[in-house]
Amino acid sequence: MVELRAGRAGGMGEILDVEGPYEVAPLGRSLVELAEHRPEIVGLTADMGRFSDIHPFRDAHPDRFFQIGMAEADLVMIAAGLAKTGKIAYCTSYSVFILRRALDFLIIDCAHSKANVKIFGGMPGLVNPYGATHQATDDLAVLRMVPDLTIIDPCDATELAQVVKAVADIEGTVYVRSLRGKVPVVFDPDEYEFELGTARRLREGTDVGVISTGFMTQRALIAESVAKDRGLSVGVLHTPTIKPFDAQGVTEFARNVERLVIVENHQTTGGLATLVTEALYDAGIQKPVIRIGIQHRFHESGSQAYIEAKYGLDQERITRAVVEGV
Amino acid sequence: MAVEAARPSVAQLEAEALELRRTMLRMAADKGEGYIAQGLDIADLLAVVYFRELRHDPRDPDWTERDRFVLSIGHYSIALYAALHRAGYIPEEALETFGLNGADLALSTFDDQPGVEITGGSLGHGLGQAVGMALGYRLDGNPGRILCLISDGELQEGSIWEAAMAGAHHGTDNLTVLIDSNGIQADGPTVLRMEPIADKWRAFGWDTVEVDGNDVGAIAGAFDDLRDRDGRPKAIVLRTTPGSGIPTLERRERAHFVRVEPAEWSALLEELERENG
Repeated sequence: MVELRAGRAGGMGEILDVEGPYEVAPLGRSLVELAEHRPEIVGLTADMGRFSDIHPFRDAHPDRFFQIGMAEADLVMIAAGLAKTGKIAYCTSYSVFILRRALDFLIIDCAHSKANVKIFGGMPGLVNPYGATHQATDDLAVLRMVPDLTIIDPCDATELAQVVKAVADIEGTVYVRSLRGKVPVVFDPDEYEFELGTARRLREGTDVGVISTGFMTQRALIAESVAKDRGLSVGVLHTPTIKPFDAQGVTEFARNVERLVIVENHQTTGGLATLVTEALYDAGIQKPVIRIGIQHRFHESGSQAYIEAKYGLDQERITRAVVEGV
Repeated sequence: MAVEAARPSVAQLEAEALELRRTMLRMAADKGEGYIAQGLDIADLLAVVYFRELRHDPRDPDWTERDRFVLSIGHYSIALYAALHRAGYIPEEALETFGLNGADLALSTFDDQPGVEITGGSLGHGLGQAVGMALGYRLDGNPGRILCLISDGELQEGSIWEAAMAGAHHGTDNLTVLIDSNGIQADGPTVLRMEPIADKWRAFGWDTVEVDGNDVGAIAGAFDDLRDRDGRPKAIVLRTTPGSGIPTLERRERAHFVRVEPAEWSALLEELERENG
């Protein structure tokens, strides 16, 4: 595991100022590798090829790539149609557009039909300087209510690259929150292995248990190292699969710690915190919990650093919750 | 082995359209109400589609090279089920269960029913999927065609025009959209002005013809006109009359959702036989 500071999202959702190792366009690069020996894979985008990192696939396999234009409902419908002729359709746009414009099509044409459509939504949560029109802060809450849909929120370039390949073997429709541009490498590709439906214990500890998803796990790991220096024993559980959710892994983890911190780049209602607390309640576990996430409101625009600091998603806030319990 | 499309005569197709109408009335009888008017208005089209145009195999509904008929207007299910019955997909005894609790033949179409290509009902979903299917067939060098039936009211869904743009841009000439232009919608006669429908499709880059949708000879002629034209997707605008084939229903307020008294069904069937006998 590599320790580094969090990057910042720039104008078109790329992560700028990455300190430490990173991969460029892990989604597209991984898809190109996979598609070399999987001729049934096709790629589509809705005028977001360059800004959702599917462009390496477009360049490598132009015959299997379809530009759909600025039409997200059409993107999802056409992907479903391709899937119904035996293709595995990878489609990319921004999370917020897929969620809001294409939801009916995603539910009926894809999930209800168990169509082999793999949706990579860029810039989920507060990862965009354009404000509420571009911030999909509610995608996990909305999509977890859709039956026959798999939802994955990867942490870093290593995991995203693995997820690109893993979802080809998952029957049916998958939604992945994806990161673009220079994507930090947090997990060592020789050690880490994504497994659908399994929460991964990255650190063992008994004082505090941090449960996190997406790129927030990077910050959870940094908070853990600070806490360790202060003499605290902190466990970190990374939950990349939001649906199906590893409720058993979460409750086993939670049993062995004094208190919990739940960290997500999503509203604290309806996403990870809700899933975790539901699982704990069902298992009869009651522990002090701090929920760190996006508030239930519309958020202003600004730089990633500004927004995160303002709304309490930044490293300092997370570290304080883990170390000081406030 | 797959059934190659036959070339039946106009008289044979008219006889088949009558059989489809009889089947629909039988399915609807005692149910009180439903989309019978729309079902009847596309009976002539479905006779041409299923008994002249479509290459398919009822014994192998998933045959890879089949022509696909995509019913975007899923609430026209009664018509599709009647056609699938006549084409050999749905047994006689299943027809009577149409719309009943627990039956496979639901009021809207679900794609787990053999012969049904998409789950329909929510409008504006069919054409985009049909474009995707056409692209998939072209990638595979699959000779099959995609036919997609939509309605004039459905043209108000923006997703139809998104799909029209993409189909034209990608040159899906293995795709034909069929537009049932019957002039009725839920809130009354076409609630937004949609004309000129054919010009809209032409402007979007589709090779378009317009026909009397209750004339099987004209419909067959439209398919022939468009058959070997390459490079552009095709559109057939079908001008139809709701309740077509039964004057009493044709006159019934051009109704979207027809209500029929229980005692009326046998009279309607007699009228159908008298008018078309």
